[in-house]
Amino acid sequence: MKKGGLTAIDGAMALIVLLLILQIWLLSATLESFLAGHREAAVPGAIISGILFAACLALYLFVVRIDSEVR
Amino acid sequence: MKWFRKPSSAPLWQDEFPAFTADERYVSRRQFTKFLTLTSFGMFAGNLWILLRSMLHRAPAYPQQAVAALDEIAVGDVKIFAYPTADDPCILVRTASDSYVAYSQKCTHLSCAVYYEREQNRLECPCHQGFFSIADGSVLQGPPQRSLPRVALEHRGGQLVAIRMEGEGV
Repeated sequence: MKKGGLTAIDGAMALIVLLLILQIWLLSATLESFLAGHREAAVPGAIISGILFAACLALYLFVVRIDSEVR
Repeated sequence: MKWFRKPSSAPLWQDEFPAFTADERYVSRRQFTKFLTLTSFGMFAGNLWILLRSMLHRAPAYPQQAVAALDEIAVGDVKIFAYPTADDPCILVRTASDSYVAYSQKCTHLSCAVYYEREQNRLECPCHQGFFSIADGSVLQGPPQRSLPRVALEHRGGQLVAIRMEGEGV
């Protein structure tokens, strides 16, 4: 049970790191576009960033739940 | 030093408030995941800030300013003027007998002054060899990534009047 829980937590962490890299790229691209005077990218950028944050939060809650279960 | 430790069977609060100083150096997977999630929230907040700035942005009101008389400069000649403020140098080029174009003189790379290269019929930034099209201000070559902001002109009673800037960034 502990071994399986640890694997699940590691997997979730790896996924969060991937999502975070994507989110950092998204922020830099949106900022670059905004500073160049193209404001049309702000809305989709914020929506996608919100979805990525929600996914990270869900994975974090998953990690917390697994962590408390395997203890 | 280990980055992570195996999950202990101790209650969570004992992990967060260890009895031994050495244990404070450890970062549990749960703590690290919390840090990553907070960083993700920071990225989201950044995107929200950009969205807010975009929604609150208002188009600036540009003054209408006479730049030159219609026959003041010859074909292929230029005139330097300031628009919309005294700190914004612009360059007016007469490309044909009835055709005038004007752009911001600040290169979009590092703000060096661009000048008109008559032989090649293009605008050139001498600092880093950036070239811009005289037709629309787009980048032809060099390090600049963005087009030169264009000054919209109107003919009014024998005068060229600047009415607004086009393609300006924030």
